[in-house]
Amino acid sequence: MNPLVVLERLGGAVLRALALVGRLTIFAARTFSHFLRPPFYPREFAQALLSIGWLSLPVVGLTAIFTGGALALQIYSGGARFNAEAVVPQIVAIGMVRELGPVLVGLMIAARVTSSIAAEIATMKVTEQIDALVTLSTNPMKYLVAPRVLAALVTVPLLVGVGDIIGIGGGYVVAVKNLGFNSAAYLQNTVDFLEMRDVISSLVKGAVFGVIAATMGCFYGMQSGRGAQGVGRATKDSVEAAAILILAANFVLTGVFFSI
Amino acid sequence: MIRMENVQKAFGSNQVLRGMSLEIPKGSSLVIIGGSGTGKSVALKCILGLIQPDAGRILVDGQDATSGDRDAFLARFGMLFQGGALFDSLPVWQNVAFRLLRGSLKRPMDEAREIAIDKLRRVGLKPAVADLFPAELSGGMQKRVGLARAIAAEPEIIFFDEPTTGLDPIMSGVINDLIREIVVEMGATAMTITHDMTSVRAIADNVAMLHDGVIKWTGPVAQMDDSGDPYLDQFIHGRAQGPIEAVR
Ligand SMILES: Nc1ncnc2c1ncn2[C@@H]1O[C@H](COP(=O)(O)OP(=O)(O)OP(=O)(O)O)[C@@H](O)[C@H]1O
Ligand SMILES: [Mg+2]
Repeated sequence: MNPLVVLERLGGAVLRALALVGRLTIFAARTFSHFLRPPFYPREFAQALLSIGWLSLPVVGLTAIFTGGALALQIYSGGARFNAEAVVPQIVAIGMVRELGPVLVGLMIAARVTSSIAAEIATMKVTEQIDALVTLSTNPMKYLVAPRVLAALVTVPLLVGVGDIIGIGGGYVVAVKNLGFNSAAYLQNTVDFLEMRDVISSLVKGAVFGVIAATMGCFYGMQSGRGAQGVGRATKDSVEAAAILILAANFVLTGVFFSI
Repeated sequence: MIRMENVQKAFGSNQVLRGMSLEIPKGSSLVIIGGSGTGKSVALKCILGLIQPDAGRILVDGQDATSGDRDAFLARFGMLFQGGALFDSLPVWQNVAFRLLRGSLKRPMDEAREIAIDKLRRVGLKPAVADLFPAELSGGMQKRVGLARAIAAEPEIIFFDEPTTGLDPIMSGVINDLIREIVVEMGATAMTITHDMTSVRAIADNVAMLHDGVIKWTGPVAQMDDSGDPYLDQFIHGRAQGPIEAVR
């Protein structure tokens, strides 16, 4: 192939990516600006709290409990290679709270919440419901986007907190029931080992991942193409983008919290 | 008064409006006719600012539609979308009363509900429909709910995109009468798109025909039959042969 064509394609892709980042940034900034400016829609906010927070609890709990249990088994068998089986409580605690809790909850939220927000808003776009909102003097950014993103900002850190606790609980059950750990000592070790910084990093990650998940759902939903195909593509793109951004943000935040 | 001056709009290479100019006097009823896909719905959306025209000006009472306070501007309008565009997460009555439940026109809940039920009755729907969800209604019922929502806040200017499509002949008659009534009694300005020539004669003060992105003919409804315009003649008589090609 002609090298110029390759270069042109590459340049085109880079430009499109940059344009996307720019639009996303503007979208997020506009969303945040609506948090503070009336009118507010408390009913939509309450509904978003319910569907993003409360209804995600089962998924988050199940994810966390299995992961915590598996983690305990792995650390026990891995630790046995150099006679360090005793570190199970500490490593389960730090692994869940610092990394696995926020990342897995974030990804589950991307799967559950981002996809449903994107599909719902994209369908509204395709069936002219967004246009109808505008003609009824209602700003879709305020009515649809801001309540969802704000609800995710508030509830996902709580979900991560719950996930951390349940994950540690899963590790605890496996350790005590199968691996012969003493119950009181396990809990004591966990509490003694965790630092405030670990917990705060976990919750901050949760907040950031929540905002990413909800914003991606809204952004791709609002710019959906026409027809069922448009809705399908918006949903797929939103989940992809949310998952990748969550993992990237996790890397950056981990660096920020634990390298200084 | 609404004035469109040389409005143009293209979607990619598809040039839809090619310089559409139109004038709708205050308190009058204009019906836009024209072939499927000629851009009638796009024209209405341009006036509302839902679609940004590429060129031309749109004035409402002498004021540019794109500048000024959007909220105040839109508060004067009601719109029935061609597909209904009902909010499927809300029950029917909250759809109809949407404007009355929030924003500057907000009223107490039970008052808003009462108004919604009254508007539903005016489009021929029973009060029992109020608590259903849009997905539970037939196509024609959804259309009428959309109509009730468009007129709920008694706007000065109302756009109806195919209000009688999908309705039975009797219900079409009811809706035609309703639109006429809104214009005559409430003094509203109405702009209606329809393919139903009975509706045209029942609703219109003036008729405009959109073809090839421009207004091919416009005039009072009484002059429609002896306009001498071959395009209009072919259209109102539904002839397959004539200057308008059937394949577009
Ligand atoms: N959002 C859009 N993006 C791309 N093309 C569009 C869009 N909206 C309308 N069009 C195109 O504009 C043209 C006119 O569409 P419009 O909906 O205004 O037709 P219409 O005159 O209302 O037809 P009908 O009587 O069938 O409702 C069509 O060719 C349509 O494909
Ligand atoms: Mg149309």
